[in-house]
Amino acid sequence: MEPILEIKNLTYTYSIGTPFEHTALDQVSFRVNWGEFIGIIGHTGSGKSTLMQQLNGLLKPTSGTVMLDGKDIWSDKKLTREARFRVGLVFQYPEYQLFEETVYRDIAFGPKNMGLSAEEIDRRVREAAGFVGLTEQQLEVSPFDLSGGQKRRVAIAGVIAMEPEVLILDEPTAGLDPMGRSEILGNIQAYREAKNATIMMVSHSMEDVARLTDRLLVLNGSKLAMEGTPGEVFQHAEQLQQMGLNIPQVTQVFLHLRRMGLDVQSVYTIEQAVEALKRLKGGTVQC
Amino acid sequence: MLRDITLGQYFPGNSPIHRLDPRTKLIVLVVYIVSLFLAQSWISYGVMFLFLAYTIRISTIPLKAILKGMKPLVMILIFTGVLNLFFTREGPVLVEFWGLVITLDGVKRAVLMMARILMLITCTFLLTYTTSPIALTDGLESLMGPLKKIGVPVHELSMMMCIALRFIPTLIEETDKIMSAQKARGADFENGSLVERARALIPILVPLFVSAFRRADELATAMECRCYQGGQGRTKMKLLRYHRSDMTAFGVGGCLVVLIVLLGSFGL
Repeated sequence: MEPILEIKNLTYTYSIGTPFEHTALDQVSFRVNWGEFIGIIGHTGSGKSTLMQQLNGLLKPTSGTVMLDGKDIWSDKKLTREARFRVGLVFQYPEYQLFEETVYRDIAFGPKNMGLSAEEIDRRVREAAGFVGLTEQQLEVSPFDLSGGQKRRVAIAGVIAMEPEVLILDEPTAGLDPMGRSEILGNIQAYREAKNATIMMVSHSMEDVARLTDRLLVLNGSKLAMEGTPGEVFQHAEQLQQMGLNIPQVTQVFLHLRRMGLDVQSVYTIEQAVEALKRLKGGTVQC
Repeated sequence: MLRDITLGQYFPGNSPIHRLDPRTKLIVLVVYIVSLFLAQSWISYGVMFLFLAYTIRISTIPLKAILKGMKPLVMILIFTGVLNLFFTREGPVLVEFWGLVITLDGVKRAVLMMARILMLITCTFLLTYTTSPIALTDGLESLMGPLKKIGVPVHELSMMMCIALRFIPTLIEETDKIMSAQKARGADFENGSLVERARALIPILVPLFVSAFRRADELATAMECRCYQGGQGRTKMKLLRYHRSDMTAFGVGGCLVVLIVLLGSFGL
């Protein structure tokens, strides 16, 4: 099947022709398949945020192409605008973009811009609110009266309400408490399952990306440094550390165990670790 | 992009102009502006222009940067030019159409007025390009020092100015971010009627104000945590001191104003 997004030799340079010229993306190419959950990891300033803004046509590539569903999003003005709605983008700290008088109206902003009918807008707002766990009463209060975590969920609902086929999130859990983080990640999963959506998530939590994603893109110094399943990527612990990244703690522990001479495979989620330990224990009991 | 705005942005450097005491630069700027208004003839304007051109040269500020800063002011310039061109009735008539008269004096006045405004803006830009906002407010505070005696809160005013200047780039960046976020939700700032476009600003302005107030609140708390209590008994890390180059600058500024006054007295 055709990939939903195909990025070819994408290069982007900020402020060309000024002393502040800076290449944020350098010859990046990759594909995203329908329904995939992709994790994007990289050190601060590696080009993650710039990459995200390329995918829905907010920034125009200096060179290279972004193909959405087989069509170059910059080949036609209509396609660029369409890309805005088909690829939903949730920025870092999205709660700072809330502006309406009620939560309901804020979530409805995106669908309204799409020119949908009133009934359709209403359905989408309520459904999106459901995905992020907002109650009916909360829809009628001012977004500025909510707590930080709730505001963030309203902002995410504002993008989900456009029902994008690809949902891109830039560190959606930054600055939240553990409870808020697992709620947001659960909301994203719920949306993915209900709509068969493709998800791309920038994250600094190796545990989260190991647990949730199908594939990882590793950015380093404006270039795509690695690409593969979490299992493949986390094999290269040393390389990742050189890029200022890390591997999940549990993977570190198991690497250490192996160095100590225990017969364990490398794992990268808690569940796998539990399985491996059970197997190991079963083995010793049998002896 | 928004962040490309250079109006009043500091260009770090180490030219003789950069190294001058901010107070010197402020005083010479005032002297220059006064001379600019005293100048009446082509010759006086030429002198003023040469002085400015030479100062730009030794400041090592790229001419491009100065020209770029002018862009938003083009409308004011054109407006002034047109107004002077059509509303001067003295002198020999050059063209006459639809009841409008263009006279030789009108042309002359329009050109001189535009030159005056251009030089006025350029010299002010030169000050902000070569002086960091902190140095500038320090200089202002020091110059306005005598006003403390009559109860003007000089230190507080300069602190307010300093904070305002410091937050301009932050707010520009913030605006950029909010605009991108709203565009991602399909907001359209480029198309539509004037009313529609004005309405499209609401999703930017509300979050911007909210975040400005939040920042102000945080900054106030942070300042209070460090026991900030205004100018009373406060010492400076960088003491302002006049050097020989400052004296030279004063000398040149003084000569300039004298020259312009002399030229004026000869009717030039």
